[in-house]
Amino acid sequence: MKFGVVVFPGSNCDADAFHAIRDAVSQECEYIWHQDTDLSGFDAIILPGGFSYGDYLRTGALARFSPVMKSVQKFAEDGGLVIGICNGFQILLEAGLLPGAMLPNDVLEFRCQWVNLKVENNRTPFTCKYAPGEIVRVPIAHHEGNYYAEPHILDELERSGRIVFRYVDEAGVPSREANPNGAARNIAGIINERGNVLGMMPHPERCCDSLLGGEDGKRVFLSMIEWFASKRACGGAELSSGAVPGGSSTATSVAKDRS
Amino acid sequence: MRFRGTVTVALKEGIFDPQGEAVRSSLVSMGYNRVSRVRMGKDIVLTLEAKDSAEAHALLDDMARKLLANPVTEFYRVKVEEA
Amino acid sequence: MAECVTPKDPAPLWRQMGLKDEEYSMIVEKLGREPNYTELGMFAVLWSEHCAYKHSKSLLRTLPTKGERVMVGPGENAGVVDIGDGLACAFKVESHNHPCAVEPYQGAATGIGGIVRDILAMGARPVALLDSLRFGHLDDARTRFLFGGVVSGIAGYGNCLGIPTVGGEVYFQAPYRQNPLVNVLCAGIMDHKDLHKGQAYGVGNVVMIVGHSTGRDGIHGCTFASEELGEDTESKRPNVQVGDPFMEKLLIEACLEMMQKGAVVGIQDMGAAGITSSCAETAARAGTGLAIEVSKVPMREEGMTAYDVMLSESQERMLLIVKPEKVEEVKAIGKKWGLNAAEIGQVTSSGQLQVFHNGKLEASIPVNLLAEGSPVYNPEWKEPAYFSENQRFDYSAVKVPELKQFGEILLKLLAAPNIASKEPVFRQYDYMVRTDTVQGPGGGAALIRVKGTTKAMAIATDCNGRLVYLNPKAGAKWAVAEAARNVAITGAKPVAITNCLNFGNPEKPEIYWQFKNAIEGMAEACLALSTPVTGGNVSFYNETEGEAVYPTPVIGMLGVLDDVSKKVTPGFKATGDVIALLGTISGDAVSLAGSEYLETVHGAVAGCPRDPDLALEKSLVDVLVKAASEGLLRSAQDLSEGGLAVALAESCILAEKGADGAVIELGGTGCKAVADHRPDAVLFGECNSAVVVSLVEEDVSRLKEICGELGVPFGVLGKVSGSSSLRIESCMGTAVLDVQVSELRDVWKNGLLRAMAGDTARGTTE
Repeated sequence: MKFGVVVFPGSNCDADAFHAIRDAVSQECEYIWHQDTDLSGFDAIILPGGFSYGDYLRTGALARFSPVMKSVQKFAEDGGLVIGICNGFQILLEAGLLPGAMLPNDVLEFRCQWVNLKVENNRTPFTCKYAPGEIVRVPIAHHEGNYYAEPHILDELERSGRIVFRYVDEAGVPSREANPNGAARNIAGIINERGNVLGMMPHPERCCDSLLGGEDGKRVFLSMIEWFASKRACGGAELSSGAVPGGSSTATSVAKDRS
Repeated sequence: MRFRGTVTVALKEGIFDPQGEAVRSSLVSMGYNRVSRVRMGKDIVLTLEAKDSAEAHALLDDMARKLLANPVTEFYRVKVEEA
Repeated sequence: MAECVTPKDPAPLWRQMGLKDEEYSMIVEKLGREPNYTELGMFAVLWSEHCAYKHSKSLLRTLPTKGERVMVGPGENAGVVDIGDGLACAFKVESHNHPCAVEPYQGAATGIGGIVRDILAMGARPVALLDSLRFGHLDDARTRFLFGGVVSGIAGYGNCLGIPTVGGEVYFQAPYRQNPLVNVLCAGIMDHKDLHKGQAYGVGNVVMIVGHSTGRDGIHGCTFASEELGEDTESKRPNVQVGDPFMEKLLIEACLEMMQKGAVVGIQDMGAAGITSSCAETAARAGTGLAIEVSKVPMREEGMTAYDVMLSESQERMLLIVKPEKVEEVKAIGKKWGLNAAEIGQVTSSGQLQVFHNGKLEASIPVNLLAEGSPVYNPEWKEPAYFSENQRFDYSAVKVPELKQFGEILLKLLAAPNIASKEPVFRQYDYMVRTDTVQGPGGGAALIRVKGTTKAMAIATDCNGRLVYLNPKAGAKWAVAEAARNVAITGAKPVAITNCLNFGNPEKPEIYWQFKNAIEGMAEACLALSTPVTGGNVSFYNETEGEAVYPTPVIGMLGVLDDVSKKVTPGFKATGDVIALLGTISGDAVSLAGSEYLETVHGAVAGCPRDPDLALEKSLVDVLVKAASEGLLRSAQDLSEGGLAVALAESCILAEKGADGAVIELGGTGCKAVADHRPDAVLFGECNSAVVVSLVEEDVSRLKEICGELGVPFGVLGKVSGSSSLRIESCMGTAVLDVQVSELRDVWKNGLLRAMAGDTARGTTE
């Protein structure tokens, strides 16, 4: 499987994502410069963390207009797997590939720490290697991870199983104390209606090695590999609404929130 | 003609503004008890060419919608004056 | 025009620019004429203390700088040390104290920017940052403002660069109230073959400027850094530059690409004194000259003069010396990253720095005179009165608390901002980016894995200014020893240091005495520990209205851990493990000198710290490295602020689940019986060459053997109990203290936040 890691000016987790793919899960990986538009040959695209365009104006707002983003949009429309991590998630929101927006952390500070995440939906291409409801430890590092969407959109995300990760305490409760940034309903990661675009604030690429404190993030990438292999085994079946349980036509308005 | 446009961008009413809240609480602790609410935003000041003020306004409105503000969380206001 | 030159000032121009009369005469004599305005400005910045080391040069020469691993020593942009596998580490620590005193956010931000570019200039990719910070006490609103601003400045700039901030220290002590210290250490990694230097070789080669455009910001910044702060400090605010971390990130990537393509002959950061210093220094090192056309410098303001351009301290710029045939390639890489890459001049054989503005010669100064010609001062020194008073300090006046108070005292020490967890600070820093942070902030030293090898680099910064103040020579030795110990408790071998010497006004004999003694102590300790000095920075004039900071020679220690899987961490690991003390605890009253206990509990900064036994410190380091390499150590924590009791408490707090709690018997073989000594000195005394370790019972004999071979005292203290409490008993089995680990953890974890919220009283006498 071949991954592509997009490099925007100011990306700074690009090398970490590259290292995780090549060394932790042993897949082919290449960097994609933000001005390149040819994504042929790639099976999955990673929008890495960092401070694209210095996070100036709003996080992700300027990167969204990089030439590569049109191709990423097309890639997603064609069913390709796209994962946005941290700044990558922010870019996906700005680009309208996922609904909602990011506000500054309610603590008004950058936060770098380990958090507990609950895998709310393990029937996605990004989480199929996790047990349902599994609690995993993954680091966060961001200043703007306070996820916001209007209540009816949040309800729709809940209903359609599109909240993939939530901040929880050790017992799995999405408590106020377990929420590091004020994100609505403790949301740490969401997926699009079709189930092939994931955005998450925590950094799975930072926990693919026990030497660094944990390996819980590795299975995000292993899930993608397994899903991709099984798709090929089934003759390239497209993602169906079955990929995201509960996914229904009413969610359309959500996906098109910002285009 | 040359115009000076100011696009004011701030969080929509109803979205919690922790920064504004922090400023409010500091002001109150400094003794400004009469302050009950603080909302923060930013001014983006642009110099641009347009044939008249209406065109300048339309251009700025377009920029604000597409880039300068995020319609999910922010509202904006455009002001145009001759530079 | 420079902001600090006010027309109303009747003093001659050179004095307004910070030059002394005799320095001006020297310039006229050596130049053979009066310098013009632009030239005078160039001299003023390059001959400032900040750039010229006028008061420190002669003593700095006495520091040991040679070692088998040292590839580049002092004098370049940063020291470079061989770490094996064909790799090298470039590292250096630098101060940004004065800018932070007026504008903490930007001061800290641009401080990071500068040191990162120094590392970049050696050809290395910057991979780690550590911050060594000093502020006044947190009950002061101004201090809280400075502290908050500096921390957010570090976060705002450092996080954006994608360089993890992996460690450092924060101290809160009264003498830093007006004059905070902000020292930043950066370390970078490179292949030996990628080593670059700041040298302008090759007549005909092209001088290029890459990065930000040049504005009028920061003109005379280094003159500002070479003065005491006074009442008018606020009005000097325009001198502080604004950092653009996004530009810096692009500059790092672009310069690394340019160097890796072999396009760069020489490279230098434009920090203090901007184009002037980078040109003069690169040419002086190569024995060449440079001709610069200032109109070719990309500018962001209109109407800038040659003076403005030459003295601007605009951030995020690098000077490159490029072969003519590589100029287009450099420009293309600049364009790719959206950066200016402009040709601004040429390397010449003239030995002069010639500055043209639209073809008109505006300045012409011999580069040697500019870069190396400043006078060297050997100021007078005088032992201050306080020093002999300290030696007569009567410890019997410090009442030994009753045994039942010891638990409370330990809690009070753990809650003290100097000892409490710094998590509220470091959680604002991205300490994990690059996925190499094996041990981040909060341990003794940071451990940075080197991908592609089995190695890790260990880096620590240390200096207890209170000890250095009370006894500069001994205090500096303790700083080196503690830094070495902090590296060694991870299992890494300390290999070299960089230093940042923060002192008051060297023209005052008492301050120079502190400096002189600190340097002597540092030299002795570095020799004894085989950790040569590879470079660093001197920051004088850290005084406000005549009050100097504690003399604070911050040590940045680099260590190498050959097998990162053998790393050792401070927390206890498993119930039943044996807790042992390596080294000695004297238990005498003198070990209370300058202790956190004396200040926090008794409100006294007093006593005369003794010298460390450097031979023992060296052996202790060797024992730790050997024991770790054999996999004998389950945990290791060194004794520093708060002494033995705090070290034990921290190992309990940081323990693995199920391993919390310890029972310690002081009357055992561990250290001399409490009955013989002051129990407060045994538990809270500092200035001990000692480390608390834990290990499985079966390994005790082997560790004892190693200690015996290397001449380090070994003693069993007790056991990891799993009882969820730290119990320390005297020889009779009576508990000196018995405190729940949850309580220890609570005060330690929340101490800093509570102090910031004003919840704790400070310096109250028991």
